[in-house]
This record gives sequence, structure tokens and C-alpha cells, in this order.
Amino acid sequence: MRPLSPTKSPAARTEQIILFRVSGQIFAVSSASVQEVRGIDSLSGAAKEMSHPALRKVKHFVRRGENSVYVVNAAMHFGLPPAPPALVFVLRRTRTALLIDGIEKMTSMSRLQALPLAYCHEERNWYRGLTALDQTVVPVIKPDGFLTPDELFLLDASLAQEADAETNRQADQDQHDSSIAQ
Amino acid sequence: MTLTAETDLQSFVLLRLGDRRFAVMANQIAELVAPSRIFRFPHRTSEVEGVILRRGRIVPVCDVAEKLIGKGLKSRRFYLIAQRHYGSQTEWVALPVTGDCELINAEMTLPSDTDAPHVSGWLSHAGDVIEVLNLAALTPGPSEIAPTLAPLPQQEARP
Repeated sequence: MRPLSPTKSPAARTEQIILFRVSGQIFAVSSASVQEVRGIDSLSGAAKEMSHPALRKVKHFVRRGENSVYVVNAAMHFGLPPAPPALVFVLRRTRTALLIDGIEKMTSMSRLQALPLAYCHEERNWYRGLTALDQTVVPVIKPDGFLTPDELFLLDASLAQEADAETNRQADQDQHDSSIAQ
Repeated sequence: MTLTAETDLQSFVLLRLGDRRFAVMANQIAELVAPSRIFRFPHRTSEVEGVILRRGRIVPVCDVAEKLIGKGLKSRRFYLIAQRHYGSQTEWVALPVTGDCELINAEMTLPSDTDAPHVSGWLSHAGDVIEVLNLAALTPGPSEIAPTLAPLPQQEARP
């Protein structure tokens, strides 16, 4: 008769997270939410400048197929003092790339506590919740919380307007060139 | 003491903010703890200073002194951890206080229409008239939470 194998308690489920820095503040993001991590230099070739007076946190965008991915300065988004970003997180299933200062480490969390209801303003859209790690508390960001649907609409409209203006400029130039040729 | 008077007595915790004392119903108090490290992160709710870790829970720290005595606290002696109701939910909030707290039994006078929203009643104790605080009016929270839509209290979401 074979002895019974000792019963094992089910392992606590954990989630892999990346701890990253923005202006000295530590945040966490689920590793599964990060599609790419790139150096800021590698972005400079692909990113195009843009500006919208209501959205100063977005100064660049990158074309990805049919979509535009907007580069959000995390320090400006959170209202932190500006710091030179070194890395970009391209966030999965969003149209956001996030400028951050650097990665602290990769680790795992076993518990995510809902943001206390005393926090009752914009931050409710910024964070999935809070986690306690090594006797500190770290906010876990919500990847789709950096740009609201309204903000995406504004940015898309701004790009469309710029594209229309460029098309008109090009048409005027072509007309001018052809009249000179005649 | 008559039986009627006895049943009107309720328990309150008196807390001190600067020179003034206020009361909270004792059944709303979880514990009184020494100040511990406050963890801060970006947010837009000015009444919340940050959070503390207590018994595995993450508890927001709400400095109510600004609203009650017109200035924030420079020093604090304890955190009074109270239960704050949000609709059908209850969460802990930590209120910084500047002195010892005291448990008393007293009869509460109901507030009048002219009292501020944070006053849920009045006590007369040791020659002082003391406001009983309505934490729901004093500490921040979503203005209205429908019980069916609200998340569970202190829910620990597991990935």
C-alpha cells in the first residue's frame, strides 16, 4: 500500500509586477500590462511631436499600424516634479506609452487592496489599488487610466486636424508647382 | 438614577485637537495607535495625507483638524482609528489627534438645523460642551454610493 502523500495547501496566487520610479516615487504595474520596455533614445526616431493645450502631459505620438500611441509623461500626469525620463513602457491593450525614470525591480504581489474610498477624486481612475511590499505601500497603476476616452478623442481630433492641414498645404504646393511648370 | 436616564446614556470617545475636545461615538472606534510611518503617493484628495499599515490593512490618514479648528496639526500623539461608513460599506480611517483620548458615558443632545453637517450631536461633560462628530460629513468619500454598485469593503482583490 502506498503511503498517502502529504496534503499541500494551495499556493497563494501571485501577480508579477514591475516596480518603477517617477520623480522619486515608486509605482507598480502588472508585468502582463507592459508590452515593451524601450530606452528613450530608441523612441526618438519613431516618435513625432504634437501638442494640445489641454493635455500638456502628451508631447509625442508613435504610429502603430492604423492607431496612434500617445506618449504620456508620467511625472506630469501624477503632478510630480519633472524629472528626465529614461525609459518608455508601451502599455498593452491601451494606446498609451509611459515615460518613466527607471525600473526599480521586478517582484510579485499576493494581495491587491482596493483603493480606500476616502480617495475620491481622479486617483480612483489612476490606480487598480494598493499593495504592501516589504512594509511599504505601493500604488498599482491602472494601464488605461492615463488617458480617458475624452482625452483620446481630443488627441485623435488634434492629429486629424494636423493631417488635414498638411494635406491642404501639400495640395497648394502641388498647384503652385504645376502653375510654374506651365 | 432612573432607568430611563440610564438607557439614554451612550459611550463616546473624547479626542483632543489642539485646545479643543471633540467626541466620536465609541462604537465607531476601532483602536488608538501610536503614529507610524505614513506612505504617500500622488492623488487629488487634499483631505487625505497618505496611508498607514495597520494589522495588514492599508488605512487612509485624514487630518480633520483643518476643518474643526481651522489649522492643520503640526504634531500628533496618536491615530484614532475609526470606522467610516460609505453607504452599506465600512472602512477604517485614521484621525490624527494631539492628546490622550478618554472613554465616557454621556447623554447626547441632538443637533439643530443650524449646526454644521459634521455635528451629529452635543455632549455636556466636565463643564464643556462638546461636538459629537459625524465622520461621514467630516472625512472625504464619494458623495453617494449606491449599495449595489459599491465594491466590497476593504476588498482584497487577488490577481
